[in-house]
Amino acid sequence: MAGPMKMRATLAGGGTAGANTEVRVLMTHPMTTAQSGQPLHFIQNVTVKQNGKTVIEAEISQAVSRNPVFSFRLKGGAKGDKIEVSWVDNKGESNAIETAVA
Amino acid sequence: MRFGFLLWILACAPLFAQDAKKEIQKYQQMIAEGSPVELFELEGEALWKKPQGPSNVSLEKCDLGQGAGVLKGAYARLPRYFKDADRVMDLETRLLHCMTTLQGRSRDEATKRVFGNENQPSEMEYLSAYIAGQSRGVKLAAGHTHPKEKAAYELGKALFFHRAGGWDMSCASCHGEDNKRIRMQELPVLHKPQAARPIMATWPAYRVSNSQFKTMQWRINDCYRQMRYPEPNFASEATIAMNTSLAMVASEAKFGSG
Repeated sequence: MAGPMKMRATLAGGGTAGANTEVRVLMTHPMTTAQSGQPLHFIQNVTVKQNGKTVIEAEISQAVSRNPVFSFRLKGGAKGDKIEVSWVDNKGESNAIETAVA
Repeated sequence: MRFGFLLWILACAPLFAQDAKKEIQKYQQMIAEGSPVELFELEGEALWKKPQGPSNVSLEKCDLGQGAGVLKGAYARLPRYFKDADRVMDLETRLLHCMTTLQGRSRDEATKRVFGNENQPSEMEYLSAYIAGQSRGVKLAAGHTHPKEKAAYELGKALFFHRAGGWDMSCASCHGEDNKRIRMQELPVLHKPQAARPIMATWPAYRVSNSQFKTMQWRINDCYRQMRYPEPNFASEATIAMNTSLAMVASEAKFGSG
């Protein structure tokens, strides 16, 4: 079972023209590498959607730490925008979280 | 020539240390802005509310010193004296008390696995993360008026300077002088408030280097291991006294502010 995720999305620049949406997301995952001698287990794909539209599709590797924290900046945006983040790992397990931009 | 190079290295060493210090501060800033500790807090909240033990009740009625179930600012005011148990307790000791009294669990069962690992953190670690998180921004103010609180402080202070064990060390051997470090880790002079405050304000703590959440009982336990003492008992008079003493030296520090 996938552990919890947590996300914060805020409008940087106080909502004026040219503002950006700042997203910070935490994921619970062992991110097991080949070095550990354990079976490989790591998040492979991260998808970010802004109001249902995919804005980031990332492929990440074993080089990312356990329980990763990601932050990214999306151009534009408004308060109340729906931000969805999901991940899929190499075993096909997945988790997702959504929040409204504050 | 080689000697000259060595001198150059020595002359630059304080600069390297300065740079490293800045990098560590940057890292601490990033951790403060968003760290996996929040995931531990979520798990801790779920455990706090989960009915467990023979009584099949949650810990939500547990009194951490501010009234049954009051979490806001509770950690910052620990350790303190609890009348119902007639002893000074730190966070983990109080949690253990609630597990045995409210939930009806045995001490053996509740302390079977107090320190976890990266693959499976312990219940105490999750709960400590959740409860300490509710004290962010609150000034540390351990109990210091009751005679037993004063006695715990004095005992902790005495233990801090007491040399024993296979290497004849005391806490003060490492934490008693300015400008000491182990590898890149600075060693705070823990009997001085200005050094103890930033440390106690950020413990219990998540450690990225090993992906674990570390509690104060673990910290004391591991310092004794490093000094090659016999392992102290969990939630024992000695470990509580040590925590009381450290918390009192660090009082007035705003919790969670590094």
